[in-house]
Amino acid sequence: MTKGFTQRHLLGMERLTREEITTVLDLGERFLEIADRPIKKVPTLRGKTVINLFLEPSTRTRTSFEIAAKRLSADGINFTAASSSTVKGETLIDTALNLDAMNPDIVVIRHAQAGSALLLSQRIRAAIVNAGDGAHEHPTQALLDASTIRAHKKKIEGLTVVICGDIDHSRVARSNIFALRTLGAHVRVAGPRSFLPMGVESLGCEAYDRIEPALEGADVVMMLRIQMERKAGSRFPDTREYARYFGLNPRRLALAKPDAIVMHPGPMNRGVEIDPGVADGPRSVILDQVSRGVAIRMAVLYLLGGGSGEEWSKS
Amino acid sequence: MPDILLRGGRVLDPMREFDAQTDVLLRDGRIARIEGGLAAPGKDGKVINVKDCWVVPGLIDLHVHLREPGQEYKENIETGTAAAAAGGFSAVCCMPNTSPPNDTRAVTELIVQRARDKGAVRVYPIGCITQGQKGESLADMGELQEAGCVAVSDDGHGVMNSEVMRRALEYARSFGIPLIQHCEDNALSAGGAMHEGLASTRFGIRAQPAAAESAMLARDLELVALTGGRYHMAHISCAASVRLIREAKQRGLPVTCEVTPHNLMLTDEACAGYDTFFKMNPPLRSSSDQAALREALADGTIDAIATDHAPHSPVEKEVEFEQAANGVIGLETALALAVELVDAGVLTPAKLVVRMSAGPARVLGLPGGSLALGAPADVTVIDPQATWTCDAARFRSKARNTPFGGRAMRGRSVLTVVGGAIVFSEERFVV
Repeated sequence: MTKGFTQRHLLGMERLTREEITTVLDLGERFLEIADRPIKKVPTLRGKTVINLFLEPSTRTRTSFEIAAKRLSADGINFTAASSSTVKGETLIDTALNLDAMNPDIVVIRHAQAGSALLLSQRIRAAIVNAGDGAHEHPTQALLDASTIRAHKKKIEGLTVVICGDIDHSRVARSNIFALRTLGAHVRVAGPRSFLPMGVESLGCEAYDRIEPALEGADVVMMLRIQMERKAGSRFPDTREYARYFGLNPRRLALAKPDAIVMHPGPMNRGVEIDPGVADGPRSVILDQVSRGVAIRMAVLYLLGGGSGEEWSKS
Repeated sequence: MPDILLRGGRVLDPMREFDAQTDVLLRDGRIARIEGGLAAPGKDGKVINVKDCWVVPGLIDLHVHLREPGQEYKENIETGTAAAAAGGFSAVCCMPNTSPPNDTRAVTELIVQRARDKGAVRVYPIGCITQGQKGESLADMGELQEAGCVAVSDDGHGVMNSEVMRRALEYARSFGIPLIQHCEDNALSAGGAMHEGLASTRFGIRAQPAAAESAMLARDLELVALTGGRYHMAHISCAASVRLIREAKQRGLPVTCEVTPHNLMLTDEACAGYDTFFKMNPPLRSSSDQAALREALADGTIDAIATDHAPHSPVEKEVEFEQAANGVIGLETALALAVELVDAGVLTPAKLVVRMSAGPARVLGLPGGSLALGAPADVTVIDPQATWTCDAARFRSKARNTPFGGRAMRGRSVLTVVGGAIVFSEERFVV
């Protein structure tokens, strides 16, 4: 086992130490090159079973976890809302107990409600990875974001990171605030006041209700989409006005440092929170985030699945 | 009915400013004598030594959910009143959100009949303000009152339509029946599962602002000023509401309010573990709200402690936090928590008795609340020193959803008498 990471589950970034986060990031770096091999597979988690329990629509995160499990030679099984018993009235706990009876090693859960990953961890034996619980946390996203920032900026401590958009509904924002704060970055959140959670500063960030002052001097700009499926629609007039005042366009990006990078956890709404010219521009690292997502999730599965020593590097 | 002599307790009857160590004789279901050195009653009578205990007017809970008819798997009148008796209550008022709701005399009569047959304590039904609690058309308040309802409430929902609320206050005046409002602006609360504040921001739980409560209260108080209707606010939970009630009382409006033990003892930080036993509506608020509630309870702005005893089965509670039903049980823990407030200097023993007995009686004009000679013998004996650990498995209630499981408690009811009959007693007093 790798030293420095002692968690049995990955439920959120709030309680991880700097050492634990760094351990995951370092391991993620080492896993990155597997994607460039002709045979993208190591035997590290051979014989381990990983269940992806996705009870909320998700394409990219589920695919990313699935690829991560396969590249580690684990047996990955997908259990999605459409095919699940939950639509037949079964409770989450019963679903979990049934899965647990099949003795998986890791359960990756995505769920629409905060605290669901914690609930699962209290009821079953497998290690739990939170792949997003309501508006609470999405820790692997924060880890892959930190990995991306560190790769491009060579450090995280002391950087100014701006997170813009629908902060209140965003688990990505919460996990990033917790992680980046622990890693020593200055975090700013920005968006219309109706998108900022009450007292968000108490999480350890500065809050801005217009994005221009937040962007000034920023090293990293992270844009979030508006979560219309969580009834965000009542909180702002329309997407045209939103883009006009809160979208990231080249003019606004110029307020940030000249070498600032632009990130987005996806899915992106082009022309709303981000101008296509910025999304596809030279400072966008959005697709690099996606690549690193697989490596980071491999690292997380490896650490929680009890992957053995240096086995993977010999293959 | 045998005589009962309660020997040597501290008799506390704040309504008569009485506080002395003496004896109390209960005869023919009434309080017969209160004086020292009373002779033991005849051979059928019982002498119970209650030295070091408080002897107080029977406690009254203005706000419980007995779940009968319709949701007996959660609780019923028999188990709910047994829990009340064990908690020191001699009377409870049951909310109308049963299935069907108590919006017709047939339902009220059923509750009254079941309470007569199975109830351990007095049960005062509360009828609906509007038919089906839908907030649209007024329920038959006259008939409900005639059948035994002591108040009307759409508890569980606020009456959103201002016109309906106005007419309800006016119509209820004709019958002298109080309205109990659950203050919650649905549009503002919007399904929020906890209090909106720093804790909800950290936990990522959908939340409702305190203003969802106080905004409706502010509107209601203007309607009370307009109509002169008798208004009682259920489960006050935030500092803003305390300020509004305080101002309304200063204006001389006919308003009262109650607070739950859980809002007095806990804050929104308790939701950290996403434990559904800390989910109720109104939710646990911030520590400054809690402080305001305690202050208002002490200074009399808040008239009563009421449990909002809300039993649920595991079916409703062993689920995700946001999905779980609202509500916690309280009948068997309320008294000990009030004693904790005495220990904390928030209440005096006399104030505890007022807020849990005389205060609730006055709010709805119920009998009881005092140990006047000749009054029905509704008496609670409290051992303020008894220590125990809260264990829901031992409750008389069918439900287990208490947020106080495992808490070290001090103070408990050891004897509950209703109309001269012992409905609960600790083993040491079984004669």
